[in-house]
Amino acid sequence: MLVIENLTKRYATGDLAIDGVTLSVPAGQVVGLIGPSGAGKSSLIRCVNRLVEPSEGAIRLGDADLAKLSRGALGQARRRMGMIFQEYALVDRLTVMENVLSGRLGYVGFWRSFLRRFPQGDIDRAFSVLERVGLTEHVDKRADALSGGQRQRVGIARALVQEPDLLLVDEPTASLDPKTSRQIMRLIVEICAERRLAAIVNIHDVALAQMFVQRIVGLRKGKVVFDGPPDGLTPEALTEIYGAEDWAATMRRVEDEDEASNAPATPVLALA
Amino acid sequence: MSAVPARRWSPPPLIASPLLRYALYGGVALYLVLALGTVEINWARISEGADRAVRLFAAFLQPDFTSRWGDIQSGLLESLTMTVTSTIVGVAISIPFGIGAARNIAPLPVYAFCRAFIAVSRSLQEVIVAILLVVLFGFGPFAGFLTLAFATIGFLAKLLAEDIEDIDPAPLEAIRATGAGWWQVLTYAVLPQVAPRLIGLSMYRVDINFRESAVIGIVGAGGIGATLNTAMDRYEFDSAAAVLLIIIGIVLACEYVSGFIRAKVQ
Ligand SMILES: Nc1ncnc2c1ncn2[C@@H]1O[C@H](COP(=O)(O)OP(=O)(O)OP(=O)(O)O)[C@@H](O)[C@H]1O
Ligand SMILES: [Mg+2]
Repeated sequence: MLVIENLTKRYATGDLAIDGVTLSVPAGQVVGLIGPSGAGKSSLIRCVNRLVEPSEGAIRLGDADLAKLSRGALGQARRRMGMIFQEYALVDRLTVMENVLSGRLGYVGFWRSFLRRFPQGDIDRAFSVLERVGLTEHVDKRADALSGGQRQRVGIARALVQEPDLLLVDEPTASLDPKTSRQIMRLIVEICAERRLAAIVNIHDVALAQMFVQRIVGLRKGKVVFDGPPDGLTPEALTEIYGAEDWAATMRRVEDEDEASNAPATPVLALA
Repeated sequence: MSAVPARRWSPPPLIASPLLRYALYGGVALYLVLALGTVEINWARISEGADRAVRLFAAFLQPDFTSRWGDIQSGLLESLTMTVTSTIVGVAISIPFGIGAARNIAPLPVYAFCRAFIAVSRSLQEVIVAILLVVLFGFGPFAGFLTLAFATIGFLAKLLAEDIEDIDPAPLEAIRATGAGWWQVLTYAVLPQVAPRLIGLSMYRVDINFRESAVIGIVGAGGIGATLNTAMDRYEFDSAAAVLLIIIGIVLACEYVSGFIRAKVQ
């Protein structure tokens, strides 16, 4: 369970990126965090694992207040939070396996990791998550030899091998095609259900978010302006989050896609 | 269709005001004429030099490898030893300095110290360092070794630091976010990104160091440069030619090998 209380972040430049956000995410729940560019979505999830230092407020994961941890304790706490990035953030020149095993660095001493002598337990974990994301054939390929979808699967595997309690996901599908995007979102949501992980997923594609997550939080100028189930996202709510616009097209697309995914695949063939 | 008159275009001049522009051109021309006037040209010396140049180039057609072979061989051996040892030691020391001088991973005091050291190393030309070290440690290859190692640190640490500052920050954050310690972030996110260029630059430094070893030999730091200097002093142009040819050959060989290795590690 993640509890964020009155979190505020003001950057050294003076930008108030997050303005008193209070939010709690129970284990097993996937929250879609939406909002216009610059609303503070990335800043919010980066405050949670302290890639960005929060200015004020408390962030509790279990008992610890992450916002107040010392440097040493922070390393320990970060092991419990897996992060997934838009541009995958893999180390290109390392292999898939090395990238995945890097998720265990918080558990392994320097020399073991430097010499790539990870404990057998870690290697077993790595193989099992690679199997889960469907990459067992590519173990020894270099990360830059993979497609975008495969790279994001490596990113997911790296986060999972940490055996986290929480996933922080920053626009996981923004660089992927529509079909791969859905596969990746589906994978993330299924894994969170299997392992009872709490997750915050930043996402620009509202329709995609509605399709997969159980709860949507809308952020505008650093403040939470919407918090509810996906079908509560009415045109009014979208206007509240993003500003005035004709939302009918967005809403219709959601309904169309729902129908399409329910319908059998054959009619497409029949048309062809 | 009615014909559209062609519109002319020419790039705008660098200096907009025509007055200033022609004043500058005129000024430069005047300065050149006056400056050339102050150079004293001694025609007697030029003809003497031309005479020697003819002999020098004639010697190149008949380089003499044999009569001073003993000196050439020992000079060469010294130079190669200096090159290899100074490159290895220099590279080994420049890695921590380069890491320390990268603002994105080093704390400020460490950064300031490493940058200052690099600046000093780079501002002193090899020949000057060699003269100082020859005074301190006496004639011979040890002074040369120290000079080249010192120069290697300045060169490589600076380029390495700049390389590290240019790495993709995303993997760095990702590795940090797993709970990895500083050394693990360094070996997992930073080194893989800079290693190929580090290897390439080290190879490149091998041939720079060999060439420099010939230069600093002239000021007493041992090696093939000393042999060359002696040959020149004795007007043994045929032996000097042999030395120069050997230097050219070795530099070419180094360049070929380092190019090959750099292509392999990319
Ligand atoms: N490192 C930084 N230094 C200063 N200001 C920053 C920094 N990072 C973000 N900001 C500012 O904080 C605000 C929120 O940025 P943030 O990246 O969190 O938005 P976002 O919702 O993730 O946007 P996007 O959807 O475009 O990714 C912006 O005004 C931005 O300019
Ligand atoms: Mg963002």
